[in-house]
Amino acid sequence: MTTEVKTKVIGKSVWRNEDPRLLTGMAQFVDDIELPGMLHAAFYRSDYAHARIKSIDVSAARARPGVVAVYTAEDFGDYWHVGPLQVPPPLAIKGAQFNARPLVPIAKDKVRYSGEPLAVVLAESRYIAEDALADIYADLEPLPAVTDMEKALEPGAPLVHDDLGTNLAADVYQQVGDYEAAKAKADVVIARRFFKDRCAGGAMENRGIVCAWDEKAQKMTVWCGTQAPIPMRNAIAKNLGLSEDQVRLVIPFIGGGFGPKVMTSMPDDVLLPWLSRKLNRPIKWIEDRRENFLATTSERDQIHYAEIALTKDGKILGVKDVFYHNTGAYDPYGMTVPLNTQTHTLGQYDVPNFYTQIKMVFTNKMVVTPVRGAGRNYGVFVMERLMDLAAKELKMDPVEIRMKNLIQPHQLPYKTGIIGQDFVENVLDSGDYPASLKKAVEMIGYEKFVKEEQPRLRAEGKWVGIGVVNFVEGTAVGPYEGARVTVGNNGKVVVLTGCSTQGQAHFTTFAQLVAEQLGVDVKDVHVTTGDTDQFHWGAGTFASRGITVAGSAVYAAATKVRAKALSLASKLLETPEEELELADGVVRVADLPSKFIPLGELAMKANPTRGTIEPGVEPGLEATAYYAPPHGATGYGTNAIILEVDKETFDVKIRRFVFVHDCGTVVNPMVAEAQIHGGVQMGIGTAFFEQLVYDDNGQLLNASFQDYLMPKATDMPMKMELGHLSVPSPLNPLGLKGLGEAGAIPPPAAYAQAIENAIHDVDFEILDMPLNPSRLYELVKAARKK
Amino acid sequence: MLHEITLTVNGEQRTVAVKSHHTLLKVLREQLGITSPKIGCENGECGACTVLMNGKAVNSCLVLAVEADGAVIETVENLSKEGELHPLQQAFVEHNAIQCGFCTPGMIMSAKGLLDRNPHPTVDEVKEALAGNLCRCTGYIRIVDAVMDVAKKGDA
Repeated sequence: MTTEVKTKVIGKSVWRNEDPRLLTGMAQFVDDIELPGMLHAAFYRSDYAHARIKSIDVSAARARPGVVAVYTAEDFGDYWHVGPLQVPPPLAIKGAQFNARPLVPIAKDKVRYSGEPLAVVLAESRYIAEDALADIYADLEPLPAVTDMEKALEPGAPLVHDDLGTNLAADVYQQVGDYEAAKAKADVVIARRFFKDRCAGGAMENRGIVCAWDEKAQKMTVWCGTQAPIPMRNAIAKNLGLSEDQVRLVIPFIGGGFGPKVMTSMPDDVLLPWLSRKLNRPIKWIEDRRENFLATTSERDQIHYAEIALTKDGKILGVKDVFYHNTGAYDPYGMTVPLNTQTHTLGQYDVPNFYTQIKMVFTNKMVVTPVRGAGRNYGVFVMERLMDLAAKELKMDPVEIRMKNLIQPHQLPYKTGIIGQDFVENVLDSGDYPASLKKAVEMIGYEKFVKEEQPRLRAEGKWVGIGVVNFVEGTAVGPYEGARVTVGNNGKVVVLTGCSTQGQAHFTTFAQLVAEQLGVDVKDVHVTTGDTDQFHWGAGTFASRGITVAGSAVYAAATKVRAKALSLASKLLETPEEELELADGVVRVADLPSKFIPLGELAMKANPTRGTIEPGVEPGLEATAYYAPPHGATGYGTNAIILEVDKETFDVKIRRFVFVHDCGTVVNPMVAEAQIHGGVQMGIGTAFFEQLVYDDNGQLLNASFQDYLMPKATDMPMKMELGHLSVPSPLNPLGLKGLGEAGAIPPPAAYAQAIENAIHDVDFEILDMPLNPSRLYELVKAARKK
Repeated sequence: MLHEITLTVNGEQRTVAVKSHHTLLKVLREQLGITSPKIGCENGECGACTVLMNGKAVNSCLVLAVEADGAVIETVENLSKEGELHPLQQAFVEHNAIQCGFCTPGMIMSAKGLLDRNPHPTVDEVKEALAGNLCRCTGYIRIVDAVMDVAKKGDA
């Protein structure tokens, strides 16, 4: 299916179309929208993580001047409803048990996490709305909270959902071969417990929504920073009993997504459109930062009991991983995150026997849904740690043991036998894994470092270490995306898609795909990525799927428009199509450039106001196309770092940061590299900075940027050394694979290996993430005592 | 209670009646229609609301509007002239120092505040000046490169 594409615009580091607006204050974000008569919403949230609701008195709040309405769950009457599930259960996996407990929009009878809404206030200003929150009195009977995944499954544990009789949200196992038989034959078996704690999405823009019911037009317009405009539009229409075309969702600029903004059926998008219609007033709600930490979904939070069985020469015979996944108080996003863990655990390695089991657990913590990396990174962390432990046990070099177990290029496409988040078997479609590891090892100068530099630095008393780890990134899952491409009478091109952008440069990369086919300037292609009145098919921007899934649809639509343009121009110019070319905004005779017709003129001719058009020809220089992959495309890479641990402070300083990756054909190298930079920042955050700390009562203790440490400008390496491989995916015409989450995946594993390697004079193991200086100090101190 | 304040915003003198408890950020956004300073935390922790006040980078969410009476305020809206981007803005384009763009106006103003007082900073000085501006998208390296590029050319 893949053909060698000779490109003019694809593959070029074109500057971004969106930048001038973003740089000059001319980009509209949801909070920049002001409508006449707009009310402001504020949510009254529970201070308890687990409590029974005895009564809520909102009378004083209602009496406050400027307050228009206050609603509790009771006040929503029959409109109050549970869910729906945003992602269906994994029925494709044999024997899968899944207990659906989707989100409720506003707590009724019981509170299940700290920050869960109990009432919503609508007032003439946000100040008044917030003041009115202080007027509300909620009589709550605190219940013992459960936050620990393992304790949650013990008999007698407090139940998050009483009717369920257990806190087990799901139990899903998958296996390939026979692990126990493999273990029986193994020379070495290594088993450990691993833990990875929770991190925030941390988009700089909090969540927000503006909704306005138009009684005369009988139409709801919603502005919102969602990653999934079409599903949200459809959900709002269904909730309100409207047909889909009565709801218009408009996506302004979005200040970062990172996963949590893919959620629909959150309290705001369920309750506020209904209230706007009921009160016939526009309503705005912008989350504040504390609410974002408390009550926007977050991720990570898994405990793994994993083991690896090997021969004495380091060949892996099998891996077993039984893990607990904390879904928090509800499970609206199905099992996307832990299924990602299952499909990513073995990474690039050829392992004939694999047993993997998910025990998904309800607790009184905020709900878990994907955050950049989305389950992939702990699978990778666990496997890479097992490899390091095995290397140590077998006295092998960490690179050597990895090289020995890689899936070879001739084995691709490699069917893993594990069903993934898209409910089809995970297939590693394309690549050259040994080349990735070799390239990273060369780039970082592994041999030289280990043989020359490290001994010298150790002699100087320095703790300097190296880490080299591999990863895969399943990307670009289905179901599909679509796009419409239209050439206007002014010769400029409009691209419409439902795949919204949160900074990934869709306005530029999609424009490049069109410019390639139509021979126009990238600046003359205007992309709209989320206005449901203009285009209303698609699933959204998640799972690193934008350029591959939506981009392939854009490219296909542009290809169709090109064919229409050539056909019509051939007739008008009386020249065979093969002799025509599209360039500089015109269709022209390749050998006689003075004989041409501008695209705008051609667009007019394609849409005549009188006369006839040929039977079978659709009017306009316009086409719509869809792309639906059979399964995801899998990127991969290798992360190699050299770091130094300060012997006094236990702070870690990165000396070298090498990242080799393969995302197939690259549309815009500058943009692709930027995705790695950003992903790595998050990867470093989850390795050494970021941790949402909950106490045993389910209270989040660090709900601010003061206390929750995101990497700052001063925390990043001086430079990122990127190595590119480009093996095209066979799954789509351009050979694209996703990349958006790659950077976030391997850094914790690389940190762990490099830190252990640096602190060579202490025998200790890093099994939990994230680290920070004090935790590292405690680990080393404990090991020294032994 | 309302207070009448007069301030110079992006070269234009403006007189507005502001409430005692309203911040400069709120007044800029809601009364003066200048929306480039963003609300990221309202606690001075993220830097998305950074503007120059009398030439100094400040978190406008931590400045009461009444404190800005008589002040000179500058935001990114004032940087590009007749469609030409300011060298800092242009460097952000060329270095791809922007992704979602939410932190960008604050980041640019912090950088401008630095370069106005120290036209030739070291890399560490640039990082230090930007440490109060959080960015979740870019990983900062390209932002620092963009600012250093302008500093080296010396045309900020």
